[in-house]
Amino acid sequence: MGSNRSFAVATFRKRDERLDSDERRQFEQIMLPHLDAVFNLARWLIQDEHAAEDVAQEAFVRAARYFDSFRGGDGRAWLLSIVRRASFDWLAKRKAQPLETFDEEIHNFDDSAADPQILAMRSFEQARVRQALEELPLPLREVLVLRELEGLSYQQVAAVAEIPIGTAMSRISRGRQQLQRRLASTEQSEAI
Amino acid sequence: MNCSEVQNLIHPFVDSELDLVPHVQIEEHLKTCDACSQQERQLRALRVAVGSPSHYYHAPASLRNRLQVAAPQVTRHWRRPPVQWVAIAASLLFMFAVGDIIGRLGSSLPADGLDSSVVDAHVRSLQANHLTDVASTDRHSVKPWFSGKLDFAPEVPDLSAEGFPLSGGRLDYLADRPVAALVYYSRLHPINLFIWPAVDDSVQPIQQFARQGYHIRRWQQSGMSYWAISDLNDEGLDQFVRLIQENSPAQQTSKSQTP
Repeated sequence: MGSNRSFAVATFRKRDERLDSDERRQFEQIMLPHLDAVFNLARWLIQDEHAAEDVAQEAFVRAARYFDSFRGGDGRAWLLSIVRRASFDWLAKRKAQPLETFDEEIHNFDDSAADPQILAMRSFEQARVRQALEELPLPLREVLVLRELEGLSYQQVAAVAEIPIGTAMSRISRGRQQLQRRLASTEQSEAI
Repeated sequence: MNCSEVQNLIHPFVDSELDLVPHVQIEEHLKTCDACSQQERQLRALRVAVGSPSHYYHAPASLRNRLQVAAPQVTRHWRRPPVQWVAIAASLLFMFAVGDIIGRLGSSLPADGLDSSVVDAHVRSLQANHLTDVASTDRHSVKPWFSGKLDFAPEVPDLSAEGFPLSGGRLDYLADRPVAALVYYSRLHPINLFIWPAVDDSVQPIQQFARQGYHIRRWQQSGMSYWAISDLNDEGLDQFVRLIQENSPAQQTSKSQTP
């Protein structure tokens, strides 16, 4: 928690001067196309629609302040590492409160699918896969979202998640194995 | 390689993350081992199921709006930070930063505010799956299609050899008048090119800017207003615009192209 906060403060302290107009145009052109990727990761990590918007916006603010440390290359991976930090900061603050976050999320999920027509149209398989992914432990969910939804390589996953590449590889394997187990067990309980 | 060695590497194998030699060794093993190849198929099926586009959360319009319009409410859902000044400093800096992000928009904003109409028209054409009214890669069928529908005849250059195949044309409505929308592609990126008669015959150089992640170029030549918009990168769009300029009638006194 302490290190998270010091990161935030350091972020805001980092630069006093604003981006000049060239930098701003560059920033906008390099970073704004990745808005979906930023929101998608925040949404999967913190599992709250409104908070994910806030965190995504916060990430863009941090990115603007950090922009002079961007050395070109993969803007998406750079931005994803920032939104990941912002998401973890948010989660750390959230955990300080005794909140029944996970129960809430499961209910939210059911509510969002309440319309019977939408429910019927939606492939049951997809809903199950989504729920299994939502219920994965954060470190496994994170690497799978980066790998399967963002299509990052192991090296990029490792860089964004700030873990060694070997850890990224083993988390991706473990995450998939857990998904397979969860999907197999829901299949059994439905068959009964 | 035996089965347990293969299973240790099956995940990086389906991710194409292995070096060539182990990759080929596993391929060889899978040809002869039913158990391992079944596992491989299941894994690939799982990857497809997890990576389904329906699991991707696209940024909501409200977030796009927030990043484009200064609305410093980032702390709305946040718990108050324990150190008060952090919050104050953060929100002040936030306002500056968002002002920064959007401040530039104001400076290069076309005075007519057409940019947002162009973005809307572009987004609408993609969302409604209504890119083209006349779908044709042949300029000789797209160009006549416009006659009778518009009071001008847009040039429809053939740029397929340069990597920008024509996809078709569409009527759209911009600047309080019907306009021609030509749709080109660069690989998977659609480009909308809007054309209509300009208010005067002056030549205006290319202005470039970005909105909502789309790149935009506008210019005026031969008495026509041109707007090009796409999610294509800057270099690609610049090349496209250069080709359009080269293949459109240069500044000329007689408008021989108009019927």
